[in-house]
Amino acid sequence: MARQGYVIVDYSDDFSDTVDDDSDAEDARRRCHLTLAPRRDGSGVGASSSHRLLFFDLPSSLNTPAACLQPRSEREVRQGSIPKKDPESSMDIDDAPAQPRNKLPDHLELQRTRVVCKADAPTHTEGFQYSGAFAAMGVDNSVSVEKFCTDFKIKINRLTEDDMEFDMIGVDASIANAFRRILIAEVPTMAIEKVLMVDNTSVIADEVLSHRLGLIPLDADPRLFDYISNDTPSERNTIVYKLHVSCAKGSQRLTVKSGQLEWLPEGSQLTIASPAQPGEKPKTYTSFGQSQKKMSERPLGVKYEDITIARLGPGQAIELEAHAVKGVGKVHAKWSPVATAWYRMLPEVVLLKEFTDGDAEQLVKKCPVNVFDIEELGNGKKRAVVAKPRACTLCRECIKVAADKVKVTKAKVDDKDKADGKVDEGKAEVDDVEVEPQIELRRVRDHFIFTIESTGALPPEVLFKEAVKILEEKCERVISELS
Amino acid sequence: MEHGSVTDSTSSTFSIMEEDHTLANSVRFVLNQDPRVAFCGYSIPHPADKKVNIRVQTTGDPAKDVMKDALQDLMVMGQHVRGTFDKAVADFKSNMPAEQMDVDSNHQ
Repeated sequence: MARQGYVIVDYSDDFSDTVDDDSDAEDARRRCHLTLAPRRDGSGVGASSSHRLLFFDLPSSLNTPAACLQPRSEREVRQGSIPKKDPESSMDIDDAPAQPRNKLPDHLELQRTRVVCKADAPTHTEGFQYSGAFAAMGVDNSVSVEKFCTDFKIKINRLTEDDMEFDMIGVDASIANAFRRILIAEVPTMAIEKVLMVDNTSVIADEVLSHRLGLIPLDADPRLFDYISNDTPSERNTIVYKLHVSCAKGSQRLTVKSGQLEWLPEGSQLTIASPAQPGEKPKTYTSFGQSQKKMSERPLGVKYEDITIARLGPGQAIELEAHAVKGVGKVHAKWSPVATAWYRMLPEVVLLKEFTDGDAEQLVKKCPVNVFDIEELGNGKKRAVVAKPRACTLCRECIKVAADKVKVTKAKVDDKDKADGKVDEGKAEVDDVEVEPQIELRRVRDHFIFTIESTGALPPEVLFKEAVKILEEKCERVISELS
Repeated sequence: MEHGSVTDSTSSTFSIMEEDHTLANSVRFVLNQDPRVAFCGYSIPHPADKKVNIRVQTTGDPAKDVMKDALQDLMVMGQHVRGTFDKAVADFKSNMPAEQMDVDSNHQ
């Protein structure tokens, strides 16, 4: 199947001198230095005026960008015709030092895969997302789903009941950030939303008390419940709790804890109206069809029983009913299922020169998180090695060590010069010396150390899977809207 | 909703309601990785509106098809992430030393 494509043709080569038995398109493609430029009809980004656009059909063998972006020289060698080279076309890739096919030069590969953290600020933070970013160099920057699937890795570092840490490798920050944002704001949980206050003579105001109740994590699986769409609370969308505490006159002050919230699986006990006929169940604030006891193996209580809700003085009392519903964190943080969900890129510490003996010890001592360690070389010599790069917090103390050392050396030289009478006053006063870096701090761009701390409704590994599912649902919704 | 031209299907703006950076940035990333895409970007016209505009310009294919493929790719990526994650969790749980496990959790 042929596919349409656009190329920018560099007319600096003479077209007429190598016309042979190739077809026009073949000939044109052989001369293309850049490919896949935007259209020039006004809708796209304009091409530079020194180039002309050529329109042709790519044969199916050249459908993949990797194939059509091969360096020109290789194709020509294969075809056995080497055209005369124009000495003035200095941007020609043939003039660049020979690079293996589909491999970037080291400095660009570093920019593509690492964020380098300099003494003042990180550089190359944006990365290269565009598939054709290196088209001119014959390197394909596109990523297919198949490639993603082969490269993607997850390794769990820690997994407990309510927190976990894992390494996510081979994924872009935009995807990792989507998971983080969904975890915080869009994975649903249950939280107290409505409080029916019967009596509150405590010093804490009704609305403050209600707010505190809302923030209590509930031990209820939100997947068992529906969102409350209209105003009819049922066993499918509402959990009801009762709190009835009082402090007797003449007794000690009383602390009300979250454990005193009593789950009412049969629904609200507060009646709106007395039954129309005797024997009928009175109408309450909820209309439960059946008991919630069958819904879950565990009782739908609170996650932590020792959260202080209020303190009561002698003679004070609280009587209320709290209704919990399903919601998401973007509406109110009380529905957020995580205490924190965050990631950091894997730190990478590179010693650009060897640190031995005294320098090594100084370096090890300077690092507050013990990234470096000393390696015995056998002949009594020591060498600094990067032992725990993962611990690096990017405090940059080690970069300062290197810089300080050069400053000291420079000062000594200046003193010596002064003593020898060879002093250049202006030069000696310069204390801010341009220093060749000796350590480089980097971050691996596609390696994320992801941490999830759950508030308790769902274990962290379930939360992450729910978050990924929500992203898939979003895609599905937009696809169906576009169809 | 798609805003495009009748004569030129290669460039369109997709206006998606009830979405934010979460979806738009991910889709922008996937679109940028597609060799058929010449330009792609997104904006949120007003922070108070729940709406994003995603602009797609292609080298010849209809923008709508490319957009749908990107969303499809993102879904496949999500499925793969979940599968890999499940496997990693299972591996971790099976390799966890016995003393770390809460063996009493069923006998409380």
